[in-house]
Amino acid sequence: MNLLDILLLIIALLILFTALSIVVISMIWIERKFLGRLQRRLGPTRTGPFGLLQPVADAVKLVLKEDLIPSTADKAIFWVAPLLVLIPSFMIWVTIPATKDLVLRNLDLGLFVIVALLVVSILGLLLAGWGSANKYGALGGLRSAAQLVSYEVPLVMVVVSVAILAESLDLRVIAASQVPIGVAEGVLNEVKEAGGSFNHIGVPLILIFPLGMVLFLIAGLAEVGRIPFDIYFAESEIVGGPFVEYSGAHFSVFFLAEYINTFLVGALAALFFLGGWYGPFLPEWIWFLVKTYAVVVVIFWIRGTFPRLRVDQLMAFGWKAMIPLSFVGVVICAVYRFYDWPAWTMTVMSLAVLGVVGYWLYRRFTQPVQRLAKLYGRRPGRVGNVS
Amino acid sequence: MTWFFFFLISAMALGGGLGVVAARNVVHSALFLLLSLLAVAGLYVLLLTEFLALVQIFIYGGAIIIVLLFAIMLTRSREFPRITDNAQWPLAAVAALLFFGLLTFAFLVNRPEADERSRVAFTDLGRSLFTDWALPFEIASIVLLIALVGAIVIARDDGRRG
Repeated sequence: MNLLDILLLIIALLILFTALSIVVISMIWIERKFLGRLQRRLGPTRTGPFGLLQPVADAVKLVLKEDLIPSTADKAIFWVAPLLVLIPSFMIWVTIPATKDLVLRNLDLGLFVIVALLVVSILGLLLAGWGSANKYGALGGLRSAAQLVSYEVPLVMVVVSVAILAESLDLRVIAASQVPIGVAEGVLNEVKEAGGSFNHIGVPLILIFPLGMVLFLIAGLAEVGRIPFDIYFAESEIVGGPFVEYSGAHFSVFFLAEYINTFLVGALAALFFLGGWYGPFLPEWIWFLVKTYAVVVVIFWIRGTFPRLRVDQLMAFGWKAMIPLSFVGVVICAVYRFYDWPAWTMTVMSLAVLGVVGYWLYRRFTQPVQRLAKLYGRRPGRVGNVS
Repeated sequence: MTWFFFFLISAMALGGGLGVVAARNVVHSALFLLLSLLAVAGLYVLLLTEFLALVQIFIYGGAIIIVLLFAIMLTRSREFPRITDNAQWPLAAVAALLFFGLLTFAFLVNRPEADERSRVAFTDLGRSLFTDWALPFEIASIVLLIALVGAIVIARDDGRRG
């Protein structure tokens, strides 16, 4: 590796960072507009055409604000924490392929790199909460550790089942294995020549493994802490959790990392389940962006629709529903691959599990009145009537 | 180039280790431990064992440190931010020296050849782990399972809920 290579690498990293910043700005605009429409508002309209410049104005305002550090805070940890959150979530993007060639460094173990780096950013939130010497911060830090570690397990298990189905940890291969053989030939031949393994499926994984898509989206939402899983910085409970004491540029670092991670969930969902960058007519990178933004908009839609969960509900849902379900998913995939059944059996198994559990959860969460009545031995209509 | 990175990463690992014992604040010690563990992951990368490096980051850099910090923050470490109990340092020094001696001895007896590092494909690794080494692998899993069950049994309240 000579000096020119290093220079090129630095330039590529800068381009990546700029692209991610633009993506974040566009996401903020989409979120505010879309959320506004969901709530029968217009969203930002004043700054630029259709309020397009509103996120830029927000960013400038945020950076120009005074950067306060509490006098009782642990200075070193207060400084390190935002970087521990941002750097892993940025490093993950080094290995995300936007098309089959548009990737900074394609890694054979790409999937595992993502999972390993995601864990490190939890540490940053925990330290941010502790370092700011604030009881809400500490509470938020502890909550974030509990939540993110719990939901890491189903996320990893879904990733494992995707890896079982595609028989590879290479993100390019996972995307390429989901399209008809004629389209994906380039990548797959390359892998075959290098001696790697893959399993060609031929249809987007969402068609044969919808259970995985649902689990991945829920666990992904929990990992990036978006509503309904924003327990650890819930504004109305612990006024921002780990970010309470952060202001100005420091806060913007957390903000940036959160949106980059949200986009990451969208990109991974597109690569794992929606066939990545493949699609008819349009160029590959546009298809990648279309699919990713579609998932991101669904995430915003969920934000506009669901209320926040309580802490105990969140943990119970994680440990009693998500983790067993994700293990069931792994077992389904392993059985399907081992006995080499036709693809539709996989769809049937996956939908059956999803249907049964979904119905059970629906019953459980929509009938709290009946459950309360059973608990306290009253008739349904009277619960909540104090007099 | 490799030598430069080797010395840099080794310095990070050793410095992190020194920081763990020298830092007065428990949370700072945990951060130094993180530095040391991540540097070890870097050494694994230099030895061309990427999978081991990623496992190191995933398990030690992430999970172990998080659980460690969790435990520190749930205890009353804020009221006692400084470590004062250093009475056992002679014992610790003897133990450390003995362990270092053992490692050096093992290294000298079992010295690897200079150019022995080579890239092992991830699929080969998985295959040998689940065929040739299946029994040790399963035993390790069962030990971990027993530890988990034991932790739950100890942590469970002895009251009515059985």
